[in-house]
Amino acid sequence: MPSKLIESTMRTENLPHIWCPGCGHGILMRDVAQAIDNLGLDHDKVVIVSGIGCSSRAAGYMDFNTLHTTHGRAIAFATGVKLANPELTVIVITGDGDAAAIGGNHFIHACRRNIDITVVVFNNNIYGMTGGQYSPTTPTGEKGTTAPYGNIDYDFDLPELAKAAGATFTGRCTAYHVPQAIKLLEAAIQNKGLSMVEGLSVCPTYYGRKNKKGGVIKMYNWQKNNCIDVKKAEKMDPEELEGKILMGEFYHKEKPEYCEQYEAIIEKCGGNK
Amino acid sequence: MEKKLVLNSKWCKGCGICAEFCPKDVLAIDHEHCYVVNEKDCIKCGLCELRCPDYAIWLEEEDK
Ligand SMILES: Cc1ncc(C[n+]2csc(CCOP(=O)(O)OP(=O)(O)O)c2C)c(N)n1
Ligand code: SF4
Ligand code: SF4
Ligand code: SF4
Repeated sequence: MPSKLIESTMRTENLPHIWCPGCGHGILMRDVAQAIDNLGLDHDKVVIVSGIGCSSRAAGYMDFNTLHTTHGRAIAFATGVKLANPELTVIVITGDGDAAAIGGNHFIHACRRNIDITVVVFNNNIYGMTGGQYSPTTPTGEKGTTAPYGNIDYDFDLPELAKAAGATFTGRCTAYHVPQAIKLLEAAIQNKGLSMVEGLSVCPTYYGRKNKKGGVIKMYNWQKNNCIDVKKAEKMDPEELEGKILMGEFYHKEKPEYCEQYEAIIEKCGGNK
Repeated sequence: MEKKLVLNSKWCKGCGICAEFCPKDVLAIDHEHCYVVNEKDCIKCGLCELRCPDYAIWLEEEDK
């Protein structure tokens, strides 16, 4: 029998999952489950929605109401679920390709509406499921099967993108920094509005191999040594922060939420008769 | 309540994360599986449980 948390939040008959040894997605999926558990949410009122990709397989493993949808469309389905029943806690688990490439338009417009959904992007900087094509978050210069000489595109900063588009909560966590990630996810789920959390994942199989990152352990040590909490970073010199990645809660603002605004329109037009 | 370290070898993929980041060198990897090699030093911090991508190692409360 697995641990209590896994027993109560996962479809254990589907485990072990298909993810490669050392894949960060497993750690991030556990973080989401732990955050839900810590908040004491009724499991029957939680909906996990995902698209397509290694990351999006999470919806198959998590024991809540789950929707495994089509590539890039998780947020569109989640919007429908939330509008139909605003009582539900709706969490989207998606990948960098699913959310920011094919699903980029859904992503920015959900942010713009500030609908009460938490979007967790498992960002492994590549398309893992299809064999390592570069994604909108592949850093400039890095390699993928479709960028054998190095990617010439600039990569998205997803929390910045979400904030600019209107999200009311943004942050970043990593697969390595687990307690911090769980805390961030709890705060994101509690925000009444669109919350966007980027979870830096680790794909040793494609991103790691293509870019000679030295294997599972080296990749986690990289996160350990190069990701710095925003609060700590405030006290550091710019030279010390060179090449570092910030994590933690970046932005949190109160703003009217979409379903409530929609409810208000219904009221204005004579109520739900 | 006492806590006990539990390993489920069937789910372990031998990635080595638990062993690498265990603060007390309690764990080791051999033949692509994790083993407890030094249980008496375990401080029950639970870091291995938090970082195992496959939920193959955890602390269980022992009713005494
Ligand atoms: C409409 C459509 N286009 C393309 C694909 C092929 N496809 C499957 S997963 C994927 C990319 C997934 O990348 P990401 O979302 O980053 O997830 P990861 O596998 O890296 O976790 C693509 C292009 C598809 N399934 N459907
Ligand atoms: S291909 Fe990459 S992202 Fe997909 S399961 Fe393997 S390590 Fe994880
Ligand atoms: S972290 Fe988990 S899967 Fe990896 S070696 Fe340790 S017990 Fe096995
Ligand atoms: S509980 Fe802590 S000390 Fe014990 S094996 Fe796990 S990581 Fe090591």
